[in-house]
Amino acid sequence: MRAKLESALPYSLLAPTLIFVTLLIVVPIFQAFLLAFQGADDAFTLANFQKMANDTAFADALKFTFLLLMFIVPVQAVLALVMALLIHTRFKGHTIFLYIFAIPLGISDLAAGIAWLSIFTERGYLNSILSQLGILETPFLFLSYQNLPAVFGTIVVAESWRATAIVMTILLAGLQVIPRDYFEAADVFGANTLKRTLYVVLPLLRPSLQAALIIRTIFAFQTFSVVLVLAGRVIPVLAGESYTWYVTNRNPNIAAAYAVLVLIFTVAATWFYLKFLQTSTAEAGYD
Amino acid sequence: MPSSLSRRYILSRVLLYGSAILLALWTLAPLYLVALAAFSTKQATFQWPKPLLPTNFSTDTMEFFVNTKGVLGSVGNSVIVALLTIVASLVLGAPGGYALARFRFRGKDTVSLGLLISKMFPTAILSIPLAVAFIQLDLYDTIWGVALIHTAMALPFVVIITSGIFVGVPRDLEEAAQTLGCNRLQAFLKVVMPLALPGLAAAAIFTFVISWNEVFAATILTLRNRTLPAQVLSSLNDSPLYYRYAGGFFMIVPALIFIFLIRKYLLNLWGGVSR
Repeated sequence: MRAKLESALPYSLLAPTLIFVTLLIVVPIFQAFLLAFQGADDAFTLANFQKMANDTAFADALKFTFLLLMFIVPVQAVLALVMALLIHTRFKGHTIFLYIFAIPLGISDLAAGIAWLSIFTERGYLNSILSQLGILETPFLFLSYQNLPAVFGTIVVAESWRATAIVMTILLAGLQVIPRDYFEAADVFGANTLKRTLYVVLPLLRPSLQAALIIRTIFAFQTFSVVLVLAGRVIPVLAGESYTWYVTNRNPNIAAAYAVLVLIFTVAATWFYLKFLQTSTAEAGYD
Repeated sequence: MPSSLSRRYILSRVLLYGSAILLALWTLAPLYLVALAAFSTKQATFQWPKPLLPTNFSTDTMEFFVNTKGVLGSVGNSVIVALLTIVASLVLGAPGGYALARFRFRGKDTVSLGLLISKMFPTAILSIPLAVAFIQLDLYDTIWGVALIHTAMALPFVVIITSGIFVGVPRDLEEAAQTLGCNRLQAFLKVVMPLALPGLAAAAIFTFVISWNEVFAATILTLRNRTLPAQVLSSLNDSPLYYRYAGGFFMIVPALIFIFLIRKYLLNLWGGVSR
């Protein structure tokens, strides 16, 4: 009797979580699919997806979502890698720098977008500094639809600035797991810092780097409020279109269709990375 | 020979501190500038060229923001939602974390994998159907509804984080307490809890940050009872620049404090669970 009770204990401890997750994550996902594939008469239809695909903003939203991902993820990876490697040398005062580098962890993409808005707006700090240095005579309109590449660039900067911190913590956690012996062995063989980083640290860090890339890719599909702050709908993105269709156009069905599309990309990206990750970790002889 | 060695050492230090300081400036500059904008006069928003030092220091802009209709209420809502989310996700999730840390049972791997996957779902796919359901359940436009979805978003993280915390509490101590006459619950409350408390506090702050920063679901699920991010986002197009700067700064302040408070746990919280 007691043994039976004991074996049921973990399940009953987990039950609240499992019930809650089922009701508020699993069920809504089914309902999102229902909404996306349902017409006014509750019958199955592809009309919502057709309407979504025929919308003028759709192609751009698709294009910009992927373009942002392709620019933001590598920028973050490089910046975060430099930060993590610096902190990992444990130089005097590194804890202060770790705190500073980590601050954006607690900042929403909305607030990050606003911080960068104060820099990139017409009479913002960047234009002010550039004109005082004599580089610009009149303010450059970073956020105008006439300068689309510039608007795109501001989003890349703001979002990279914010999410680099997340990648850095993942990489730093990964660095700490690497036994010190590896570094010492490299020192004994006379490897300099650059060689040691390239040939010893990076290969060992590969699993963390890939984990960070998966996370950031997945969340890059959800990029939304930073875009809304800096670009409005000049640069549409998938999550932003879902928001607009629900809030402005009052159409939950097409909003759900966009959400389903984001989910499909998320799952596809995860699958792609996991497949890719397995072969590459085996290659690296690292498990 | 020693002089060339020390020169190389100095050079490498300069390089190290130089790049660290450069990256710190990159991180701090936007924070400083938005704070500067939030604490300048409203007119200073359009000043040209702009001073980079707080020569126009004024609390007018912040006062204007805080006194704008709906803002104070939304701050209150944000705090209440975050507190509800912390309580709910710890009460629901910590026992699960304990189960994953202490027991071997069938389906454990499936549960862990399921939790890992449920962190990945896009907010949009949860909020849009929940908004439709909440209208029918009278939860639409209430802080309860927002707290519910924030709890759902935080719960997988909390289970995984707390399981890591409980793994760190030596099992021997718990067993010793049990041999000394405590039952399982007493051993948990008197031995495990005090040791796990700092970690649990860090998990609570992590949860606060998730809820305080969440924009999409909060905006979709509310109309009048906004949280602060929802209030700022929904008034983005018809608010002056200085209002946005003040709002941005207001949302950033807790980040500065909380990241400092849990700086020892950063790698465990963001580094570890994000995998």
